Amino acid sequence: MSEAIVNGLYGLVAGFLNMHWSNPIMIVIGIVLLYLGIKKDIEPVLLVPIGFGCILVNIPLAGLMEKDGFLRIIYEAGIITELFPLLIFVGIGAMTDFGPLLENPKIFLLGAAGQFGIFLTLALALALGFTKLEAVSIGIIGACDGPTAIYVTSQYAPQLLGAVSVAAYCYMSLVPIIQPPIMRALTTKEEKVINMGMVKKSVSKTTKLLFPLIVTILGGLIAPKGLPLLGTIMLGNFMKECGVVSRLTKASENEIANIVTLLLGISIGATMDGRVFLTSQTIIILCLGFVAICLDTACGVLFGKLMKVLTGGRVNPLIGAAGISAYPMSARVVQKEGQKYDKKNYLLMHAMGANTGGQVGSVMAAAVMLSILKGIGVI
Amino acid sequence: MSMKMDNWTFGVTMIIVGMGGTLLTLWILSLLMSFLKKVFPLAKEDK
Repeated sequence: MSEAIVNGLYGLVAGFLNMHWSNPIMIVIGIVLLYLGIKKDIEPVLLVPIGFGCILVNIPLAGLMEKDGFLRIIYEAGIITELFPLLIFVGIGAMTDFGPLLENPKIFLLGAAGQFGIFLTLALALALGFTKLEAVSIGIIGACDGPTAIYVTSQYAPQLLGAVSVAAYCYMSLVPIIQPPIMRALTTKEEKVINMGMVKKSVSKTTKLLFPLIVTILGGLIAPKGLPLLGTIMLGNFMKECGVVSRLTKASENEIANIVTLLLGISIGATMDGRVFLTSQTIIILCLGFVAICLDTACGVLFGKLMKVLTGGRVNPLIGAAGISAYPMSARVVQKEGQKYDKKNYLLMHAMGANTGGQVGSVMAAAVMLSILKGIGVI
Repeated sequence: MSMKMDNWTFGVTMIIVGMGGTLLTLWILSLLMSFLKKVFPLAKEDK
């Protein structure tokens, strides 16, 4: 009988006894993520489920990520199959108004320049000894686009999913802190005060309706490996613009996006098991993610300067910083920064154009990257 | 086409073709959109 009592008591303390040294640290990291989401309002809809998932998976013997564990089932259903990021993209497409971009299509180029950080960081990651596919997944943090980063990483470097996702979402929300010093350093006072005038409403409904179709067909033909990303974001936008499926549009941007965000967040948190997460590699990935977003901003602003020269001074280079996918945060940063030097300068709508260009650009960059990988036989 | 390549070649290929491909694709899209705006201008009723 005494043996049964001892065994029973052992069952109650087994969780403590089986704790790996990394588990308590990860539980603290999970709590920090919850704190950042709740108190600092940093991407709360993602950081709260990620933080909680991180805590759950670091409690030993619960087996939540083992075969038939509930987190494993969600992970396999939505991350391994790439379904969650794609469903989120339908919602993003349904929420995005590409009008400001279509008012001045040349701004599309800023959305391309804002992705250069992806490729430069990829090269840096290779130089630091990461494998080709790991470098691709780290570079994609520079897309400043959580679902794209998750889509690529879950396919080609699932072991880095936790680190890449946390880096992508954290840096995305830190855009208002990261971007302004770079914007200030790379532009002159004369450039900062360039007034681009008001955005005139000049886009017809037909053009707005044809835009998602053309991006899907042309983008899909150029970079077929990225068609799931392009196709889903453009499906959401097409539903919004056609105006006859408002129930589907609303469901995509609300119910579907909310449910998938919860499941996506908790699944990402579930990949943050201390034994695989707490490595020097994770710290390097977080640093490279930061570098990627700085490079995106710098390339965007520098390309803005080039456009300023080519257009005879009609483009304010500050809007180049908005050529990333952090929408609409980045556009707001540009507006705020521009008004510091001229209170009557309203750059917001121009920056919104560049920002939505950045959204298409990030997806296109990922699609192009995947197709190149396929072309050279890496995948 | 499957090929073995070292990290240096891979990195340079990704930078040149990746950045170039993204820029080229978005430039083509911008031209197409400018063309569409001319073909389907904003009608009075849209305003």
